[in-house]
Amino acid sequence: MQLQQMYQEIILDHYKNPHGRGLRDPFDAESFQVNPTCGDEVTLRVKLDGATVADVSYEGQGCSISQASTSVLTDLVVGKPVAEAFTKLDAFVELMQGRGKVEPDEDVLEDGIAFAGVAKYPARVKCALLGWMAFKDAVARAEGVTT
Amino acid sequence: MTTATSPLDVDAVRADFAILGRTVRDGKRLVYLDSGATSQRPRQVLDAERAFLEQHNSAVHRGAHQLAEEATDAYEDARARIAAFVGAEPGELVFTKNATEGINLVAYAMGNAASSGPEAARFVLGPGDEIVVTEMEHHANLVPWQQLAQRTGATLRWFGVTDDGRLNLSELDSLVTERTKVVAFTHQSNVLGTVNPVDALVARARAVGALTVLDACQSVPHSAVDFPALGVDFAVFSSHKMLGPYGLGVLYGRRELLETMPPFLTGGSMIEMVEMAKSTFAPPPQRFEAGTPMTSQAVALAAAVDYLSVLGMDRVAEHEHELTVATLRGLAEIPGIRVLGPTLDATGEVAARGGAVSFVVEGIHPHDAGQVLDDQGIAVRVGHHCAWPLHRRLRVPASVRASFYIYNDLADVDAFLAGVRATQAFFGAV
Repeated sequence: MQLQQMYQEIILDHYKNPHGRGLRDPFDAESFQVNPTCGDEVTLRVKLDGATVADVSYEGQGCSISQASTSVLTDLVVGKPVAEAFTKLDAFVELMQGRGKVEPDEDVLEDGIAFAGVAKYPARVKCALLGWMAFKDAVARAEGVTT
Repeated sequence: MTTATSPLDVDAVRADFAILGRTVRDGKRLVYLDSGATSQRPRQVLDAERAFLEQHNSAVHRGAHQLAEEATDAYEDARARIAAFVGAEPGELVFTKNATEGINLVAYAMGNAASSGPEAARFVLGPGDEIVVTEMEHHANLVPWQQLAQRTGATLRWFGVTDDGRLNLSELDSLVTERTKVVAFTHQSNVLGTVNPVDALVARARAVGALTVLDACQSVPHSAVDFPALGVDFAVFSSHKMLGPYGLGVLYGRRELLETMPPFLTGGSMIEMVEMAKSTFAPPPQRFEAGTPMTSQAVALAAAVDYLSVLGMDRVAEHEHELTVATLRGLAEIPGIRVLGPTLDATGEVAARGGAVSFVVEGIHPHDAGQVLDDQGIAVRVGHHCAWPLHRRLRVPASVRASFYIYNDLADVDAFLAGVRATQAFFGAV
């Protein structure tokens, strides 16, 4: 059954017990992203400490894939240099847009590799990327504010 | 016909739809419950389009060669057959790219009326005028009116929706007033299945001199609809939702209105006389059909209309009603299901309701529910179904929609209900 490939235990765990959820102060920038085809949405805040991602907090409503991928995102980027966070972002985007043909690097993506099965379902790729696009946008805004 | 058997011979119908013979997701029978989005096409419709292209293809309404004559005859004959299907005269039917364009055509024509001649006066909108829509509209019958209001300074107002998915008609007299210029509403909700009371809305609109625009995309494919009998001024429907090809919508307009309404798209085919500085326009329907029209598509839609007419639209409606009632009954037996829209009454019946059943499964996002159904070969729609304000009103972010057509049967309903239970098992077990 293909379904289990998509809904890995890791994804369902993050969905049921999301990490880093809730909007927190202080923050440098906030991004609101919405998936216009299904109405899923996320509001995500970023706090930078110099060139380091000090905190990522978020709130949203959406399917298990969008909520779990945002939870995984916070694990991967909080406490990391912005450059490293963006390396992970690029790797995750590449994985999701790879139609299931990209071999993920667990050292880079950790729990994020669980989304490899989602990449086989083109309609769900946007769900997986929703929080990540909010993170990218919020960091760009934060850097725009601080420079 | 006996009432003990299905009103349609579904097995015979299914044999006309090649796509229903394929499997999906590792060999599973395709259970296609997404006809509200687009219907499948029978062999007869595909054959009609091919036959036109192989035998008669040419540009219509220009050229004097034999193929041009034949193509023009085929196109106009298609218009006449499609018009008859909805009780209209051929001259009252305009072919557009899709139903969305049909609504935009009316909205833009009204926007153009202020700079047109005095004959277009009744289409003019301005500050102080009002456009009335409903909270259950598809975006296609909402956004064009928002934009028209913005361009003209008119005010947009709307009917609310009750908790059980009906229009709140207690607002009828206060919403539709002497200030109202247009009342645009759906015949049958693409989400709730609700069939709206056209009579009451038309009567009130007429009493105050407002024009009515009916979105009939979800009614014309599924039941017998007669626009002149309904008394609406304009109506739109969509070819691809009624066994016809993509790329074709139909706009109905009462003759006297089409005769005085200014054009929307301009260019070739829609003119009477062209000079360098100015032009005059052809009479309707050509005035509203700029450019080379969708000829083979119109011919194919006429074949679709013939196909439906042979089945009989009353029997189509009765068949879908049986499937809808069976689905509502089945869903009512599953805990944790919330159906959006009218449900069964104490006698197990429901009136004024078509075959779109949208619902949410408690604790499971519609996208996730749809994914589990898909894994079993069941094609449903998930999301807001282009009716975002309606979902907001019902306080759900999105929903799952099963929608039925002539080729669905009770086996599809059973598969679907089992699929919904499997969805709960999949997410409940983890």
